[in-house]
Amino acid sequence: MANLNPLTWWRRFLALPNDSSAKTFMVAFLVASVSAAAVTITAVSLKPRQTENVERERQQRMAEMLALVPGLADILGEVNADTLETRIVDLASGTYAEDIDPASFDAAAAASDPARSVVLDPERDVAGIGRRPDVVPVHIVRQDDDLLLVVLPVYGTGYQSTIRAYLALEGDLDTIAAISVYEQGETPGLGTRITDPAWLGQWAGKRIADESGEVRIGVVRGAAGNEYEIDGITGATRSSMGVSNLVRFWLGADGFGPFLANLREGRT
Amino acid sequence: MIDLFQRSILEENLALAFFLGMCTFLAVSKRLDTALGVGAALIVVQAITVPANYLVQTFLLSQGAGAWAGLPEVDLTFLRFIVFIGVIAAVVQILEMTLDRYAPALHGALGIFLPLLAVHCAVLGGSLFMVERRYGFAESVVYGLGSGIGWALAMVAFAAIRERLHYSDIPAGLQGLGTAFIVTGLMSMGFSAFVGVRLP
Amino acid sequence: MRASLRHVLFPIVDGNPVTLQILGICSALAVTTSLATSLTMAAALTFTVTASCFLVSLMRKHIPSSIRLIVQLTVIASLVIVIDQLLRAYAYGMSQRLSIFVGLIITNCVVLGRAEGFAMRNPPLAAALDGLGNGLGYSLILIVVGTIRELLGTGMLLGFPVLPTVQAGGWFQPLGLMLLAPSAFFIIGFLIWAIRTWKPGQVEQPEFRLRTGSGRRPA
Repeated sequence: MANLNPLTWWRRFLALPNDSSAKTFMVAFLVASVSAAAVTITAVSLKPRQTENVERERQQRMAEMLALVPGLADILGEVNADTLETRIVDLASGTYAEDIDPASFDAAAAASDPARSVVLDPERDVAGIGRRPDVVPVHIVRQDDDLLLVVLPVYGTGYQSTIRAYLALEGDLDTIAAISVYEQGETPGLGTRITDPAWLGQWAGKRIADESGEVRIGVVRGAAGNEYEIDGITGATRSSMGVSNLVRFWLGADGFGPFLANLREGRT
Repeated sequence: MIDLFQRSILEENLALAFFLGMCTFLAVSKRLDTALGVGAALIVVQAITVPANYLVQTFLLSQGAGAWAGLPEVDLTFLRFIVFIGVIAAVVQILEMTLDRYAPALHGALGIFLPLLAVHCAVLGGSLFMVERRYGFAESVVYGLGSGIGWALAMVAFAAIRERLHYSDIPAGLQGLGTAFIVTGLMSMGFSAFVGVRLP
Repeated sequence: MRASLRHVLFPIVDGNPVTLQILGICSALAVTTSLATSLTMAAALTFTVTASCFLVSLMRKHIPSSIRLIVQLTVIASLVIVIDQLLRAYAYGMSQRLSIFVGLIITNCVVLGRAEGFAMRNPPLAAALDGLGNGLGYSLILIVVGTIRELLGTGMLLGFPVLPTVQAGGWFQPLGLMLLAPSAFFIIGFLIWAIRTWKPGQVEQPEFRLRTGSGRRPA
């Protein structure tokens, strides 16, 4: 009985001299396909678990951050992501975008979609993000009709990665309640100190802007001197300045500035 | 631009601040002439690959990049590593063939280290930093040139120091590689003095 | 059996990739600021080098020399991507701490160096064992450096306080230098000195010696 065709073909292929063009092409093709298959199968099958992890991390950071805000837990009892009301804000006008459903909004897709984001000029792009989305979700905690807490998702470029954080503002919209970094890829041991609770805790209680409305909050080299400043981290200057820049950008006129102004004056 | 150029050579030196390309740095720097050769090759490779990878990233890989071909939703950023390495390997291959044709002595002296530039962490690192910091095309050229010069400068200085060390009385166990590590640590501390220098 | 054991044991000290072969230095410097990241990186790299040497050795007789390097790179890159995906799914916190360095295993000289230097010329089992040995040698250096840097830099080990720091009311003033990269250089330099004092066979012979004093001068 003749050999099964595939086996003979395989043996003949293996017997070809290594440097012949046919073999070169076939080896390249086979290696590429097998590798691609292995990578794709792993990535696709693990994706649900990974997104779960990212989501869980975010929720956990948000819950941890809220738990640290003094007095909030007493007022509201248990505080977690569910006590927050999520709204979508149009950044340019500073008003709510009522036509978008917060529950199904994909912030990551909106941030990179050219039709729903605007390119920033280098001078305005303090946080180094390149494009700024037109609409962003915010999370609000109210008690009765009073504003207790506004949680803003912020992000920007650090030393070698994108830093993502939640910035919680107190009801007066001029004091920081807490900040929590939930995603970063900075230098292990040095830049990753921006996630130290001790450093992040310094942000609580700092004021954002002075009487004229100019944003003054920021990280300084060395020790902080007043209510607008945070200590820089030795050996992690670029990472801590990255956090400073992203906070200043998102609290400014190109970020949530118009929205916060509207909220302050009760126009939203 | 000038500030970017000086920063990429001094404050953000790929060899002494980010410690990329250390294997070649330590292995090739025993003699000044081979160090000069590898340094020069690296400058050429870096100056070509960083702008080339910028073009690949902008027109092929990033989200929305396929718009010119009518495929705006395709996002190929996950292929970045392997495509960048492919571009670098191609440039290195071309450089190798050019050197073999026009400067065979240098080609022989560089030996195995020229093809190894294809997987050199500093070359790949330079391209990855370019993506992370969102440089434009002109900035990519400046950064490629500057970071290559910075790495080459660090290696040539290091080779010069190692040649001088031949005259020193070093304990047997520290000779060669041991002293090389310690000297590199000291050089890195020295270069950190450039942090914060800004040109207008 | 003796030969196989030798493949594994030889690279741990006698043929150590970091201290003798000058491979894998970049990551040894960057991830050793804490013991936990060093351990994870060591594990990831040992797995990658063993598996990739095994796979490359399986194919070694049929890889055309013109595409040799890129075939090895593809195998290594795919393995690393798979490991990265697994880390992100099952150990998310650790993958965040390691950030880009898992990806940089692709360009890690140890992996490519052993694939090109040994796996291309030897049968799969020997290649896998050699990969394992080199991985273990690399891990040893990483663990030693990581332990020293974390202990002296923060007074902690794996996040548990060992030496009471001044900030916590103790006596130990953490050495900030240990958290910066030059310290890894110094530590490895002194490690090399220690290893070569123990094993004088590794000492590099100087290329020339200066004659001191009593050489005869020409008349």
